[in-house]
Amino acid sequence: MNNAGIIEARALRKVYRIGDVNVEALRGVDLTVQRGEFLTVVGPSGSGKSTLFHILGGLTPPTSGQVLIDGRDLSRISDAERTELRKRLVGFVFQKYNLLPTLSAADNIAVARFIAGRDGNHDEDFQQVLELLGIRHRLNHKPRALSGGEQQRVAIARAIVNRPAILLADEPTGNLDSKNSEAVLAVLRDLNERLGQTILLITHDPSVAAYGHRTVHILDGRICSS
Amino acid sequence: MINKLVFENLKFRPVRTTLSVFAIGVEVMLMLTIVGISEGLLADSQQRARGVGADILIRPDGSSAISLSSAPIKEGEAKWVATQPHVTIAVGSIVVPVSGLTTMTGIDFSEFDRLSGGFKYLEGGPPRQSGDVVVDRYYAQEQNLKVGSRVTLLNVKWRVCGIIEEGKLARIVAPIRVVQDATANTGKISQIWVRVDDPKNIRPVIAALKKVWPARPIYSMAEFLSLISPSNVPGLTAFIRVIIGLSVVVGFLVVFLSMYTAVLERTREVGILKALGASPGFVVTMLLRETVLLAIFGCLIGIALSFGSRYLIMTFVPGSLSQHIVPGWWPVAGAVAIVGALLGATYPGWRAARQDPIEALSYE
Repeated sequence: MNNAGIIEARALRKVYRIGDVNVEALRGVDLTVQRGEFLTVVGPSGSGKSTLFHILGGLTPPTSGQVLIDGRDLSRISDAERTELRKRLVGFVFQKYNLLPTLSAADNIAVARFIAGRDGNHDEDFQQVLELLGIRHRLNHKPRALSGGEQQRVAIARAIVNRPAILLADEPTGNLDSKNSEAVLAVLRDLNERLGQTILLITHDPSVAAYGHRTVHILDGRICSS
Repeated sequence: MINKLVFENLKFRPVRTTLSVFAIGVEVMLMLTIVGISEGLLADSQQRARGVGADILIRPDGSSAISLSSAPIKEGEAKWVATQPHVTIAVGSIVVPVSGLTTMTGIDFSEFDRLSGGFKYLEGGPPRQSGDVVVDRYYAQEQNLKVGSRVTLLNVKWRVCGIIEEGKLARIVAPIRVVQDATANTGKISQIWVRVDDPKNIRPVIAALKKVWPARPIYSMAEFLSLISPSNVPGLTAFIRVIIGLSVVVGFLVVFLSMYTAVLERTREVGILKALGASPGFVVTMLLRETVLLAIFGCLIGIALSFGSRYLIMTFVPGSLSQHIVPGWWPVAGAVAIVGALLGATYPGWRAARQDPIEALSYE
């Protein structure tokens, strides 16, 4: 790991307007994630961890502060540029898998490649990833025919198919039983160790956080320990 | 890939897809049926006029090629025309409305036989008593009439004495005197059918008649048949335009509702695509392609349904209506369906394109 963080967040603030009330979700977050690091962010519900996830993923801009992903400043780009950034720089894994129900597992992965402007053929490295994820034989099935663990592994494959700089995972085991949770977390750790994939995982569960290299705690919109 | 996404979306929600396609199909069928009926009725009129076998038609002052609802010509004028040079026969007929678009024609059957070679009787024969009437096959089928059946028309109880092949003069034909008396038009006729000795004398005879009746429409049959067209039917073109306008509105509403609910239903899916980096243009393109596909399928269904409506019309009301299949209008109906559908998809597409991915992903 070198000293130049692939994620650099400085004094990040995010204020939501709900009705007539301003809700401060992030109150000055500083965070650095090194290339190849597996970082877990732990915090209770309402701590601001999902807001951090959304800002780092380019889904929403911060109210103030600076966030650099692989050297690109997300706080100073337009919505269109943010959309463009999501194609290649960031891969998402969500708690609810968020696969397109109309498409097969293979097409769910292919659609991410298509949106990123790449052809539909997977290279040899990605074939190995599919092997690693253990879903190769389930690719022709639609999400409804897959177990939760399989759906989440398809979602992981989709998230990394465009070789993003970072993989953001928001409670990826939140809907899984303990056996599938372990399998998914083992896959994420493998991806990190074998491919050097940078991962930022958000969870409220300390046992899940233990899979990362480093854990930061977030509470009331602030990083409180690292 | 985007096409696959579109196809899978349509396949994934078969009830919505079927209903949308069917609704657009009904819209297309409505257009094709209305236009088909217009053309069918006019073609029938042309065929019946052509079947008379006359060369010239004289109509009353102020009438058009299409409308004829009175009998202002004196019967003696037909007799006078028959005496003119090159005229071999002139037969007057009276046309009176019976119900809706249906009319009854009164004529002297023996004179008409000389003019046209007579009707072809499928059952029965020509009138022998004053209350006898002949009807064509379609009117008989629609009214369930047979030879000997009784039917009340113009407040007169008629006996069906013959059923004739369609395509000559009118659907209902009775002796001229009875029709004249029943409508208080004794001694009056609506038009005069004229045949000349040689086709090359048609123009000179018309010119000679025009000198006597300068204000009276006098047509060669070729000219008269060409005038039986939608543009010469008062209000028909406007009526067709109104139907097309209504079809656009129906298509717009159907697709608007369908796509609006589809966008709501697929909020999370749109959010997923946006999280993957799909641009607003990608989302709009996907929805518009889906819409165009619905419209194309709807159009095909509509064309098929227009064959169904023709079958129903020709089975149940062949005497009152006639519907043509109008392939020339298929592209028009298709374009109208697609335009209506695209208009209907515009707002839902715009809404989907502007959806915030975070809100969309949290949508249940």
